[in-house]
Amino acid sequence: MTVIEPRVERDFEPAPEQFGRRSQAWKNRLFKTAMLFSMFVAFGTLAVLLVDTIVTGWPALNSQLLTGLPSTLPEEAGGRPAILATLYLGALVLLLSVPIGVLTAIYLEEYADRTRWWNRLIEVNIQNLAAVPSIVYGILGLAFIVRGIGVGRVVLAGGLILTLVVLPTVVVASREAIRSVPDSIRQGAFALGATKWQVVWRQVLPAAIPGMATGSILALSRAVGETAPLIMVGAITYVAFNPELFGAYTALPVQIYNWTRQPDPGFQTLAAAAAIVLLVIVLSMNSVAIFLRNRYRKQW
Amino acid sequence: METPQIDNTRIADASRGALSRDDIERREKVFSVNDLAVSYSGKVALQDVQLDVHRNTVTAFIGPSGCGKSTFIRCFNRMNDLVPGAKVEGSVLYHGADLYGDDVDPVEIRRRIGMVFQKPNPFPKSIYDNIAFGPRVLAMKGNLDERVEGALRQAALWDEVKGRLKDGALGLSGGQQQRLCIARALAVEPDVILMDEPASALDPISTTRIEDLMHELKRDYTIVIVTHNMQQAARVADMTAFFSVVVHEDGSARRGILVEYDTTAKIFTTPSDKRTEDYVTGRFG
Amino acid sequence: MPPAVVIEQPAPLALPRKRVRWGEQFVHLILFIAAAISVLTTVGIVISLLLPALDFFREVSPVEFFTGTTWAPLFLDAHFGVVPLVVGTFVISFWSALLAFPLGVGVAIYLSEYANQRVAGVLKPILEILAAIPTVVLGYFALTFVTPLLRDIGLDVEIFNALSASLVLGVLLIPTIASLSEDAMAAVPRDLRDGGYALGADKLQVSTRIVVPAAISGIIAAFVLGFSRAVGETMIVLIAAGQLAQITFDPRETIETMTAFIGATGNGDVPTGSIEYKTIFAVGLTLFVITLVMNLISIRLVRKYREVYE
Repeated sequence: MTVIEPRVERDFEPAPEQFGRRSQAWKNRLFKTAMLFSMFVAFGTLAVLLVDTIVTGWPALNSQLLTGLPSTLPEEAGGRPAILATLYLGALVLLLSVPIGVLTAIYLEEYADRTRWWNRLIEVNIQNLAAVPSIVYGILGLAFIVRGIGVGRVVLAGGLILTLVVLPTVVVASREAIRSVPDSIRQGAFALGATKWQVVWRQVLPAAIPGMATGSILALSRAVGETAPLIMVGAITYVAFNPELFGAYTALPVQIYNWTRQPDPGFQTLAAAAAIVLLVIVLSMNSVAIFLRNRYRKQW
Repeated sequence: METPQIDNTRIADASRGALSRDDIERREKVFSVNDLAVSYSGKVALQDVQLDVHRNTVTAFIGPSGCGKSTFIRCFNRMNDLVPGAKVEGSVLYHGADLYGDDVDPVEIRRRIGMVFQKPNPFPKSIYDNIAFGPRVLAMKGNLDERVEGALRQAALWDEVKGRLKDGALGLSGGQQQRLCIARALAVEPDVILMDEPASALDPISTTRIEDLMHELKRDYTIVIVTHNMQQAARVADMTAFFSVVVHEDGSARRGILVEYDTTAKIFTTPSDKRTEDYVTGRFG
Repeated sequence: MPPAVVIEQPAPLALPRKRVRWGEQFVHLILFIAAAISVLTTVGIVISLLLPALDFFREVSPVEFFTGTTWAPLFLDAHFGVVPLVVGTFVISFWSALLAFPLGVGVAIYLSEYANQRVAGVLKPILEILAAIPTVVLGYFALTFVTPLLRDIGLDVEIFNALSASLVLGVLLIPTIASLSEDAMAAVPRDLRDGGYALGADKLQVSTRIVVPAAISGIIAAFVLGFSRAVGETMIVLIAAGQLAQITFDPRETIETMTAFIGATGNGDVPTGSIEYKTIFAVGLTLFVITLVMNLISIRLVRKYREVYE
C-alpha cells in the first residue's frame, strides 16, 4: 500500500480583502429596512383605513341606519333593505355554491379519470374561471337576465351570479381539503370491502370538512363584499322596501357605492357608516374561517 | 455444499409445531397462482410466479426491496385494481375459482381477503367506529357491539381498550394501532388475512406481540405476510417464498421473480437455489 | 419414491358476482353534472360576450374599435376607439403592480426567511384581513382619504385620478403577491438553504441568491396573477379614478378603465339593444380576452420555470 504524502502545508488564514464583509453588513441593514418598510406600508394602510372609516362613519352608526329605509335626506336614510338583501344573498350563495363546489371537487379528485380529455377540460376550465374578473360575470348575468331566462332584476338572479363568481374558489379550497386526506385512509377502507362512494362519503369527506368549511366561509365573505356583478344585474339604487326572492333589491356594497356618489356630505358619512357594517360582516366571517383553520389543523 | 451459518433463528426448535411439507400440502389450497405477471403502465414489475397457499398456514414472502413482494400480495385482494395502469396476467385461483374472472366483484372479494398495511392506518375516528366501519358499510347483520368486542379480543387488544372504546384511535401507540387494524380486518369475518410488512414500523416488543398473534390467528384464518426481516419469516412462517430482482440485459428495467418456494425450515437451512442461499446468509440483499 | 399424495380439493367456490351498483352509478352521474356546471358557466360567458359583441362589430368596424383613440360612445357624434380605456386600465395596473410587487415580495421574504413562527402566525392573518376588505370600501377610502392626502402633500391631483386608485389597489394586491410568493418560497426544501449556510453565506445571501431563484416560478405566477387582478378590478377605479376616457400616462389625471366603463354603463339607463348597450359587450370581450391571455401566459411561465425537487 503506497503511502500518500500530505501536500505542502496551506495557510488557512485568508487574506482579509477576500471577504467584503463590511459592505455586506450595510447591505443587510438596507434590506432589513426595505422589508420592514413593506410590512409597514401594508399594515399601516390597513390601520389607517379602518381608523378613518370608523371615525368618519361613527356619527351615523345608529339604529336608523340598521333599521330604517333609504331616503333622499341623509338624516332620515337607513340601510335596512340593503342589509337584509345582503344577508339573503349570502344565504343563497351558501346554499348553492357549497354543494356544487364540493361535489365538483369530489368528482375531480376521486372519480375523474385524468386521461380523458373532458376531465382535463373541466380542470382547465375552473382554473380559467378563477381568473375572470367579477364584472364579466356581471355581464353574463346581464345578458341572461334581460334576455335568456329572463328572471329579471331580482334577488335570485343576484344570488345565482354571485354563486358563479365564488364557485371556483370553493372548488379549489375543497380540492385542497380532499387532497390533504392521506391516501392510507382510503386504502384501508377499500381493503375492507367498501365501495368508492362509501369511502368518499364515510372517510374522505368527514376528514376534509374543516378545510372545506374554511374555504366556503372565505368564499362567502368575498361574495358578500362583491359589488360589480350586482351593479350589472340590476341591484337598483333606490329601494325602499324589504327584499324578497323575486323582488327588486339593493345590497349593502351597492348602497355604499351609491351613497358615495351623492354630493351631500351627509351621505358620505352614511357611506362610511354602512362601510363599517359591511366590514363587520366580512371581517367576522374571515375571523371565523381563520379560527376554524387553526383549530382543525390536523396532525396525521 | 458448505452449510450456511445461520444464527439467531429458531430453526433448531423445528419441533415447535412446525408443519412438514406433506402436512401443509394436504390442506386445501386457498390460493393457486400460475404464471403470474404484473405490470404498471407497460413496465413489468413481477414475472413468472407460481405458488400455492394452503389453508390455516402462514406464508411469508421475503426478498430484497424492489422485488415485487408488495405488488404480489396486493394481487390477492385485487388492490392492484385501484392503481391506474396496473395489469395482472396469468391466473390466481381462490378456492379453485378464478379471482380475476370477468364477472367477479372485486369489492366483495375484499371482505373475504383482508389486509393490514405496513404503516398502521387507523381511521381518524373512535376505536369503536374503526372496528365498526367494515360491518356497517357491508350491512352485516347481528349485534355490532358483540362483533366489535369479538374482533378486539381476537386481536389481543380488548383488555387494553375496553374501557375507552369511544376514544380516538389515533391516540393509541403504534403497536396498539396495528392490532386495531388487524381487529378491523377481522371484524368483517374474512377467510384470509394479508399483511404487508405489518411490524416494520413497530418497536421490537410490539413486533413480538404481533408475531404471537399470527400464531394464534392461523388456527382460524389463512395468513400471508410480506416481510423484509428474514428472522421474522423464520419465526412465524410455515412456507416461505423468496423473491429476487432480475435486471434487464441492457441494465434498464428491473423486475421481480419468484426464486424459491418451500417450507421455512428448508429455505433457511438447505435452500435449493444459490440465490436463496446468498440472501439468507446475508451475502447479498 | 413415496406415492404421490392424492389431495382432494373441494369444488371451486362460487365467487361473488359483479353486479351493477345503481347507487354508485347515480352518484357518479350527479358528480359529473356538478362538475359540468363550470363548463356551462364558461360557455355562458363566451356566448353572452360574443354574440352581442359580434352584433356590435357589424355596426362599428373592428379597426376603428381596436385602434381608435377617442372613446365617446354616448355622444351624438359617437367615437368608438377603445384605446383610451385599455391605456387607462394598463396605467392603473402598472402603477399598482409597481407598488405591490416589490413590497409583496419583501413581505414574503420576511415571513418566509426571517420571521419566527409566532410572529408569522400573527402577521399572516392580518394580511388575509387586508385582502378581504371589500373593494367598494377601498374605493371610498381612495376617494375620501387618499386623494385629499395627496393634495395636502403638494401633488396636484384631480379629484378623480389614477394615482389614488393605483396606490390603494397596490396595497390590496400586496397580500395576494405575498402569500403566493411565500408559498413558493416555503416549498423550497430546507436542504437548499442549509447548503448555502454551510458555505458561510448569511441570511440575506441565502434568501436572495438561493431561495428566491428557486421559487421564481411561483413568484412570477404571483406577479402575473396580481397584474391580472388589477386589470379586472372595478370598484376602486370606478369610484376613485373617474370616467374620463383619455390617453394619458400622468397618474395625476382622470382616466377611465375598461371595467369602470362597463360598470358605469351597466348601471345606468341604457336602452337594451342600443349601440351604447352593445359597447358593454364589446369592451367586456376585450377585457375577457386580455385576462384570459394573461392567465395562459402565467400557466406557461410557471411550467417553464418550475423547479422539480424530487
